Amino acid sequence: MISSFLAAFTAIITFVFVFYLLRRGVLQEKYAVLWLFLSGIALILAIFPGVLEPLSSVLGVATPVNLLFFATVSLLILISIQLSFELSRHEMRIRRLAEEVALLHERLDSQDRDKE
Amino acid sequence: MAIPAWNEQGSIAQVIAKVQEHRPDVDILVVNDGSTDLTAEVASQAGAQVVSLPFNVGVGGAMRTAFLFAKREGYQALAQVDADGQHDPADLDRLLAGLESADVVVGTRFHPGSTYVVGGPRRWAMILLSKTLSRMNRGEISDPTSGFRAAGPRAIDLFAVEYPAEYLGDTVGSLSIAIRRGLVVEEVPVTMYFRQFGRPSKNALWSALYLGRASLAILATGVADNRVSRGDSA
Repeated sequence: MISSFLAAFTAIITFVFVFYLLRRGVLQEKYAVLWLFLSGIALILAIFPGVLEPLSSVLGVATPVNLLFFATVSLLILISIQLSFELSRHEMRIRRLAEEVALLHERLDSQDRDKE
Repeated sequence: MAIPAWNEQGSIAQVIAKVQEHRPDVDILVVNDGSTDLTAEVASQAGAQVVSLPFNVGVGGAMRTAFLFAKREGYQALAQVDADGQHDPADLDRLLAGLESADVVVGTRFHPGSTYVVGGPRRWAMILLSKTLSRMNRGEISDPTSGFRAAGPRAIDLFAVEYPAEYLGDTVGSLSIAIRRGLVVEEVPVTMYFRQFGRPSKNALWSALYLGRASLAILATGVADNRVSRGDSA
């Protein structure tokens, strides 16, 4: 009982924290939604841990908690890869912008030189 | 003539002067890759045109800026030389002459009569890379990591849009892209001086990582062929 209380507490804290970040405008909705959804699931599982038992027996996992760990780790790996992907795309775009800025800057400078 | 430079205030003026001495007819563009020293000022005073990137993006990004510049200004050829003074601008004639029969000309530091020697695991890594690219190219590329090279109009068009910015992408990766796109890559012998400032230490672990990243660079340029259509165009 104590462990599920801790899990529920953590889920609520996560939910509140993400919501707070969202309200402050530092987290975009598309990212916040995912974490709010996941902390909601975690809260449900913490209150009703029995939900896992039929699920794990259907999937052939001996202990429900193993299913939980496996699902959690898989999900986090997927999210990390997705974030790396986003990060790479942003780096590419920022680099392209830097190149354009440099070239524009040079063009402005040379125009100034021509005027003098 | 493009010179990518990152904190090279000590050698850049000398490199520019040597290029001007040998080929007064070429325009010199220094791509200042987010230097924190006086590279831009020194280069500008030495008579080069300077494009300053707002932060350091690496040699690949600096070179793509140069290719973009060359494309927009309508240049028919772009040569690249390192800012640290390890290349001899006297070889520039041979590089540019090579463009008559090729799209990309690489100055190789490995040839009979060269004083450039590489030993140990680094040597094996470079040989393996060279063999791989030579086979892709169906023509010898003995020094794929050379930063002394020249590009013709077709290569300028390609590299202005697609020039790998990651580590080793600027050398190995760019050649791999050129070959895959059917460009003609040839090489000419060049003289190599030792670095004027510092030599990075190299050991077996370094070589293994180097080889791994280079292989990745070759593979990545193969699967990323559709990158242009994904909004990364010039």
